[in-house]
Amino acid sequence: MKHYLSGYLLSVFLTALAFGLVALHAASGHVVFAHPFLAAALVAIAAVQLVVQMVFFLRLGARGSRRWNLALFIFMALIVAIIVGGSLWIMANLNYNMTPAQMNEYMINQSE
Amino acid sequence: MNSGTTINDEKRYFGFWAYLMSDCLLFGALFAAYAVLRGNVAGGPAGSEIFSLPFVFGETLILLTSSFTAGLASLAAYRGSKRGVLGWLTATFALGAAFLAMEMTEFTRLVRSGNGPQRSGFLTSYFTLVGTHGLHIAAGLLWMAVLIVQIAASRSLTPKMARRVSLLGLFWHFLDIVWIFIFTIVYLMGVM
Repeated sequence: MKHYLSGYLLSVFLTALAFGLVALHAASGHVVFAHPFLAAALVAIAAVQLVVQMVFFLRLGARGSRRWNLALFIFMALIVAIIVGGSLWIMANLNYNMTPAQMNEYMINQSE
Repeated sequence: MNSGTTINDEKRYFGFWAYLMSDCLLFGALFAAYAVLRGNVAGGPAGSEIFSLPFVFGETLILLTSSFTAGLASLAAYRGSKRGVLGWLTATFALGAAFLAMEMTEFTRLVRSGNGPQRSGFLTSYFTLVGTHGLHIAAGLLWMAVLIVQIAASRSLTPKMARRVSLLGLFWHFLDIVWIFIFTIVYLMGVM
């Protein structure tokens, strides 16, 4: 009970913090926090909330015999990082190196 | 009546955990597609023009609270309290249904104003990602409804039912964790 309650209260706090930062940013006409800083802060808050919910709700690492669960989780996180990071990297590269006209030409050549 | 932990139980939890992790891969791929396509608005609206933060904040709090009550249901199942399980599961179901209703309201509003999934690459990936999460919520609600009826009809809470309640709890916590990333990446970063 105590675990779930502290996890819940922490998550509510972190959620309100994230929404509050963005609301403040929007209310000030996008001046108060610089975009890169705000984005980094939001990702950090989400990461903290992920850990909070995994520890307090999923009770990961609560029992010794759950080692394999953690191994699976780490493997999943690695694959997701490759999929998301790889997609962004490749697509940004394509966008950067090609004008729309080049892109059309490239696609036509590919399909021939 | 304590359900205890047997070797078999451990295996079942592990199997369910493996399913949850593979479901994470599905969401990971959808997040990747969204991240790539979010700028491709094709002359249509960007996220900042169609998202309402107070509305999403309400959705988030409702889902978070339902994750909390799902945890309390697992706890009651562990203690073997049939009344506790029924009460907390019903509360979770009501909150989950409210969340789904809000999501459907938002989708309907977007489609009615001509901003359906076919409008742009951004909206296609948005509807796919958020809609897949909503589909999981709907499946969870169906599972929960069946479990509530089953437990209500039985004389007492059997260890099997208690295990189902705690697996459902895992599933529900997992959906709330996926939602953390949806509200951060899709809504908050879409609006800022």
